[in-house]
Amino acid sequence: MSKIKKKVKTIKIDADKCNGCRACEIVCAGFHSTPKYDIINPARSRIQVITHRLKNIWLPVFAGEYTPAECMGRDIYVIDGKEYEECAFCRATCPSRDLFKEPDSHLPLRCDMCEDDPPQEKPLCVQVCLNDVLIYEEREVEVGEEESVDLAEVGLRSLIDKHGFDTLVDTMVRIAEKG
Amino acid sequence: MRYAETGYNLEIDLATGNIEKVETDPKLLETHLGGLGTSVKIHWDRVPPETKPFDPENLLIMSAGLFCGTPAHSANRTLFTFLSPQTNLLAYPMMGGFLAAELKYAGYDKVIFRNKAPKLVYIWINNDKVEIRDASHLKGKGALETQELIKEELNEPRAQVAAIGLAGENRVFVASIEQSRSSSSRGGGGAIMGDKNIKAIAVRGTKNLYLANGAKFMEQLQEVTDYIKFRNANPIPKVMTILSGIGSPQEMKHTDEKWHTESFAWGNARERRKSFWTEEVEESWTKLQLNTVKRLISCYNCPQQCGGLIDYKGVPAYMMKCFSKLTYAMGAYVDDLNFSFKICKQAFEYGVDSFSTPQILAFAVELYEDGIFTDKDFEGCPTDKEGRFFWLLDRLARREGIGDYLADGTYWAARRIAADRGDTRTLAYDHNTTKKHEQMNIKLGMLDPLYFLMYGTNEKLSITQIEGNWPQMPFGKMEDRIEFVKDWPQLPDEKFKQYFLDWEPRGEMGNPYYPTPQIASEIVDWMEQLHNIDDALGICAGMSSFCLKPPYHVHVFPKLISAATGMDVDEDAVKKIVNRSRNLHRAINILRGVKREDERPPQDHWKHRFPEIEENLLTTYYHYKGWNYDGVPTKERLHELDLDYVADELQRRGVLKDEQN
Ligand code: SF4
Ligand code: SF4
Ligand code: SF4
Repeated sequence: MSKIKKKVKTIKIDADKCNGCRACEIVCAGFHSTPKYDIINPARSRIQVITHRLKNIWLPVFAGEYTPAECMGRDIYVIDGKEYEECAFCRATCPSRDLFKEPDSHLPLRCDMCEDDPPQEKPLCVQVCLNDVLIYEEREVEVGEEESVDLAEVGLRSLIDKHGFDTLVDTMVRIAEKG
Repeated sequence: MRYAETGYNLEIDLATGNIEKVETDPKLLETHLGGLGTSVKIHWDRVPPETKPFDPENLLIMSAGLFCGTPAHSANRTLFTFLSPQTNLLAYPMMGGFLAAELKYAGYDKVIFRNKAPKLVYIWINNDKVEIRDASHLKGKGALETQELIKEELNEPRAQVAAIGLAGENRVFVASIEQSRSSSSRGGGGAIMGDKNIKAIAVRGTKNLYLANGAKFMEQLQEVTDYIKFRNANPIPKVMTILSGIGSPQEMKHTDEKWHTESFAWGNARERRKSFWTEEVEESWTKLQLNTVKRLISCYNCPQQCGGLIDYKGVPAYMMKCFSKLTYAMGAYVDDLNFSFKICKQAFEYGVDSFSTPQILAFAVELYEDGIFTDKDFEGCPTDKEGRFFWLLDRLARREGIGDYLADGTYWAARRIAADRGDTRTLAYDHNTTKKHEQMNIKLGMLDPLYFLMYGTNEKLSITQIEGNWPQMPFGKMEDRIEFVKDWPQLPDEKFKQYFLDWEPRGEMGNPYYPTPQIASEIVDWMEQLHNIDDALGICAGMSSFCLKPPYHVHVFPKLISAATGMDVDEDAVKKIVNRSRNLHRAINILRGVKREDERPPQDHWKHRFPEIEENLLTTYYHYKGWNYDGVPTKERLHELDLDYVADELQRRGVLKDEQN
């Protein structure tokens, strides 16, 4: 298999420094609205700060891949005596919870590390976090060629999972007919 | 389409349980912006001056500011407005935390409560779904405890909850409304909430908030962000640490308390302890604070972190902010910071104002020590200072025994005790109130013209929410002054630089003669305006009106407001809007009885008073504001502000007479 060069973007999360301001959520939501920043709604952010203030838990989590089925089991982490909520560290858009879904359509959200044209120097959430919780790093690696899955496809797949293929096709035909 | 605001208020009639989502008049954005501005307008329109604080007609309005929920940093204020049981005036305490933005995302700018619920309830606002739910199981629960219980019960950890404790339920006049790390405490909003039988208000919102021109807004906001970074890297030299940075006082971070503990008065705002902050105290306080504050935390969308998560042995975790770290210790004359971390948790659970309450408890101690309260009154009270304060706090929150007096605050307590016991000596112990409201525990030497006006005249009645951009004291050295004015982009006008350069620590160009009444009026007017803008937008005063050289100021607001709302406003327009709201608020309070003679700081606030200068200050300031000799806005002034309907009402009620205008 041929190798290609790929940029790996990493955000290091120094969660102990997080003060829980949620500025990262706000900017992410605004940046991904059309037109940019005309709509603000942190529920649509691709970063969510899981917060249990009295338990000293502030945990920024990024939206990862969509999964049609939930895991067979669950995990609960206890670190430093703090018990995190079920699946706290998981990035998946998963049927078991409403994290990382558009509030109305329930379409999955995924962190794109802020693709933009021209490219942003750093992801927006990193730029806005003035407490140095989110640290951006980039490196190049060689990987085997992989299939790229585009977001529209992920969205469609999630709708197929939810409503079934036939219903979806019917609906699309109906919409197309209406014009 | 509505921008920055949602365009909807929630109207809840607690008596009938009727809940309505009501579209608001878009014109009000142009005339009053939002937040305090639009809330004051509703009170003017709907609550007549005859209404008493505990009447069902007294509205309790919970409002987000216009910028809450937008990307504007530190725009997170939730503002409660109501007729205060303590002052009988329109109070507007606000809190930071996380609720205001959540309310906007749920689709509302305000929640307006009228009448009283037949039994204890809580309100659950989840986007379009709004319920009045039974809260009988929460009766007597702490204000912090309640927030957690409700989130659990709703299975919604992301809900933001404002709640009252026992003090609010018992209509204690200094009862607060608590939410996360913040509280809305001045003026007794908790008592009004309790009177209406609302234990808590929980909110969760996942809807969109729209900006007219988001990209432009972000561009303007970048200036603010850059300045925040600049100020965080460059504290102001030559001022106390606590004043050198931005944000609300960083009390959880800074450990150096020399200034507060030695400049502010201990006990019932009685005496300064000028050599309190010894090395020994510093060492033990610093160590304890660093061990106890587990994490510094912010409010919604704010890069600062004025709050602290408190982990103190034997006390369940809670959050603290600001000056409460010191008020109880200083009120009780306890030199040990351990006491603060213990009693604050209890006080926050009861839900009481950390400014007024310690003074009230200290007032009770004085009455006891001077033999007015008897051993019988203090039966069961521990004899040590700490135990005594805990015991008194408990009485106050429960309105038990002498607690029933104390619960009304020093002004009313002194009068009720005097009447009940036929002993007028108590009246003298109420020495630190203005308009029946406990003031900062400050006792200083020389009359300060600026502070005289701010304490005396503002509708907020709470100095920390009036002062701000102007340094508290002149700088001794001219070179420091020159350095300070060099880089001062926040000024509305260059002339203020000269005022500051001319200001001397003593002599003819110092207090009480300088700033002159005219200059004092200009400075105070500017600072009040800033606060009024913040309160309309919901911006934390700590990042704006209440700090030296803040990121938000008169020159950035118009650009931000224009981009957010789509209106085209300049500095004059913004100024006119907030002046309109201020004068409307003034009119409400005038109709509720505020008089010229009420507008003065406590008599012993300064040792050296100058009655003539004070009269002149008041007259000059009133004139500058466009008010008559009695402090009533004139017909002309009201006309300029498109408030002719207010002039008519003031005339109809005989407060404004044609000839005096
Ligand atoms: S912006 Fe930074 S500090 Fe604020 S919530 Fe996000 S990660 Fe935490
Ligand atoms: S990197 Fe960009 S897309 Fe990902 S969470 Fe941060 S702001 Fe959102
Ligand atoms: S400066 Fe402090 S009080 Fe103000 S919004 Fe920020 S964290 Fe809250």
